[in-house]
Amino acid sequence: MSNMSITEHRPDYEGSRLGMWIFLFTEMLLFAGLFLLYSVFRTRYSPEFHTSSVELSRTAGTVNTIILLTSSLTMALSISVIKSGRRGMSLLFQSLTVSLGILFLVNKYFEWGAKLWHGIYPNSPELLQRGKGKTMFYGLYYLMTGLHGLHVLAGVILLTIMFIMTVNNRINREQYVRLENSGLYWHLVDVVWVYLFPVFYLIN
Amino acid sequence: MNKNNDHTIGFKTYIAIWFCLVVLTAITVTVSGLNMGRYGALASVLIASVKAALVLLFFMHLKYERPFLKLMLLVTICTIAVIIGLTFFDIGVRY
Repeated sequence: MSNMSITEHRPDYEGSRLGMWIFLFTEMLLFAGLFLLYSVFRTRYSPEFHTSSVELSRTAGTVNTIILLTSSLTMALSISVIKSGRRGMSLLFQSLTVSLGILFLVNKYFEWGAKLWHGIYPNSPELLQRGKGKTMFYGLYYLMTGLHGLHVLAGVILLTIMFIMTVNNRINREQYVRLENSGLYWHLVDVVWVYLFPVFYLIN
Repeated sequence: MNKNNDHTIGFKTYIAIWFCLVVLTAITVTVSGLNMGRYGALASVLIASVKAALVLLFFMHLKYERPFLKLMLLVTICTIAVIIGLTFFDIGVRY
C-alpha cells in the first residue's frame, strides 16, 4: 500500500457507515413521531389503553422480544466472524438472523390473525362499539407494529441479499461494509421493538 | 490495515450483552405486573432505554465510533426530546 497512486480507488467505509447512520436518524424521527402520537392519546384515554393492553398476549410479545434480541446477537456475530475471514460461520449466523426475522413475522401473523378473527381491526364495527379510547389504541397498535413489521420484512430481504453476496464472495474479510450497514439497520429495528413492546403489551 | 471498523468485539462480550438484554426483558415484564401505577410506565421506559443503549453501544459499535457520530445521535435524541417536551407542554396548558 506504500506506492499509492492518486487514481487508485479507495472505498470510503467510514463515509458509507456515516450515510447509513444519517438514514437511521430519519428512521428514529419517524418512529418518534408515532410514539409521540401514542403518548398523547395514552394520557387522554389512560383507562381504555390499560384495558386494551391487557387483551394483547404478553407471552407472544415477550417471545417476539427474545427472538429479535437473539437475532441482533447473531447479526453482530456474523459481522464479527467475517472480519476474521470465517465465511462459513458468518453465513451460518446470517441465515440464523434471517430465520429469526421470519419467525418474528410468523408470530406477528398469528397475533394479528387472532385479533382480526375477533373483529378487531381499524374501523371495524366491533371496535367502533367499544369507544374512542380503544379505537385509538388498536389504531396505533396496527399502525406502529405494522410499520415495524414492514421494517422487519425489509431487513429480512436485505439480509437475504447480503447472504447471496457473501456466497458470491462480494462480501468478505476485506469488504464487509454492506453487511455492517445492513446490521446497523437490523439493530435499529430491534431498538424500535424494545420500545414498542412495553408501550403496547405492558401497560398496567 | 483496513479502513473498516477495526474494533472487534469478542464473542463473549456479545453474548454477555445479549444475556443482559434478556434479563432486562424479564425484569420489565415482572415490573409491569407489580401495579406501580405511574412509576410503572416510567420504569418500563427507563428499562427500554437501557436496553436500547446496550444495543446501540455494543451491537451497533457506537462505543467505538468517532465523537462526531455520537454528537449526531445526541442531536437526534435532543430533537426528539424537544418535540415531545413542547407537545406535552402545549397539552398541559390547553387542556
